[in-house]
Amino acid sequence: MLKHDIVIIGGGPAGMAAAVAAYDNGVHDVVILDREEELGGILRQCIHNGFGLHKLGQELTGPEYAAVYKERVLERGIKVYSETMVTAVTEDKIVSARNRDGILKIQAKAVILAMGCRERSRGALNTPGSRPAGVYSAGTAQKLINCEGYMVGKRVLILGSGDIGLIMARRLSLEGAKVEAVCEIMPYSGGLTRNIVQCLEDYNIPLYLNTTVVEIHGQKRVEAVTIAQVDEQRRVIEGSQRRIDCDTLLLSVGLIPENELTREAGIAIDPITNGAVVDENCQSSVEGIFACGNVLQVHDLVDYVSDEAERAGMGAAAYVKGEQQTSSLIKTKAGRGVRYVLPQRVHTDQGAVSLFLRVTEPFGKVRFSVTSGDEVLSTALRLKAAPGEMEKLIIPAEKLAAIRDEIIVSLEEC
Amino acid sequence: MKRDLTCIICPRGCSLHVEGEGKALTVSGNACPRGIQYAVDECTDPRRTITSTVRVSNRENCMVSVKTADPIPKAAIFEVMACIRQLQVEAPLKIGDLILDDVYGTQIIATKAVE
Repeated sequence: MLKHDIVIIGGGPAGMAAAVAAYDNGVHDVVILDREEELGGILRQCIHNGFGLHKLGQELTGPEYAAVYKERVLERGIKVYSETMVTAVTEDKIVSARNRDGILKIQAKAVILAMGCRERSRGALNTPGSRPAGVYSAGTAQKLINCEGYMVGKRVLILGSGDIGLIMARRLSLEGAKVEAVCEIMPYSGGLTRNIVQCLEDYNIPLYLNTTVVEIHGQKRVEAVTIAQVDEQRRVIEGSQRRIDCDTLLLSVGLIPENELTREAGIAIDPITNGAVVDENCQSSVEGIFACGNVLQVHDLVDYVSDEAERAGMGAAAYVKGEQQTSSLIKTKAGRGVRYVLPQRVHTDQGAVSLFLRVTEPFGKVRFSVTSGDEVLSTALRLKAAPGEMEKLIIPAEKLAAIRDEIIVSLEEC
Repeated sequence: MKRDLTCIICPRGCSLHVEGEGKALTVSGNACPRGIQYAVDECTDPRRTITSTVRVSNRENCMVSVKTADPIPKAAIFEVMACIRQLQVEAPLKIGDLILDDVYGTQIIATKAVE
């Protein structure tokens, strides 16, 4: 059996940033196991710009952002096992994997989970109709067009207005396809407002809210889809059905953190984020196993993935060096208007703690408050809040030190 | 003139309100100075950075991602895309390598390394 101090599963933005942070915090025996040929993860197919403004102070494309971190990994001599698929992680931190050379078993002192997420597929939607060619998940279409140079269709309808769907609406338009519309079952888009503007409005692509696809037509190839409006319970409104001719349907209907390894390791999963339950250092319910990036919570911005991964890398390095904190853990809880709060529990003696959260629905001006018992730990005013945009609140160290009761984050409209 | 815009410079996406004529515009709603610049540009000379891919002729099934080094006029987007679509390049390529010069005063450059 091989032995390494820190084993990182996944070579995307989270895995790379975690590796660099662990190394820079004094643990040099760090390895990355990645199933792809090349480091970079999903960034390799995200050729659009808008990455790095917050973290690197410049606007980069996905491949450029990935290259910055890849360089940092390589210049530190961090070992990367590429085309290596991890098949199991145990509670004792034994990582099993396989690649061209055979089966690999590594005893790690700490493990960082950075496997990212995958797309929800057509099967998850139960859309009736035949099963013709021309139905793609948005990320698959993105990979085909951007990495392999295959165009997926000429007339396209996109279901789901998350950021990937919006980005692909623009990309397909630029490559000469006609994007008929983007349909969103919810009354609001799950994507960033800037993407609605620069991906849809710039190209005159209509966004139909409260609208879904109810049937896919065509035998060999998609010939049309039927869309329909839905009511507040997301039931189809009879009579609102409309047939739209197209040869391609793109699905951008949500991302699922890839936590199969996490579950098998017996790590507690949060039913809302579908990621591990963690503390402020991204440590899971199993000591010495950390999680970061989209496998922990689906992010809107890679910059925040890198931040989170750095916390995980630092946490793992501290664990390996035996510098773990010992104070009691206080749970956090989502209150009014808040869908989830991460981390789900925090130590009280480790200085200021950042809380990340998403709201349940779009709001105008709101005041967030973080409370524990009768104590208000912090408040923050926002001109608007939307589920597609992650919020960050900070609890100051001196407030944290004194608390005993669970921490509740809620909002009020003002 | 009165116009409501959403700033696209950063993910914060400020709601901007622009009033005035010609270049004498007042902007409100911006959280940072870049918002003012964006709003003025958007009302006088709207521009976008364009990203796409170019086929690498001496590698099998290989595309290199590219971008305009600076934003180009919004009205020229499809013309520039037509140019990009006709290009082929040869590896090796580094990030920042010139792919096409003099496109509306800027260049098309590689955003990915190909060995």
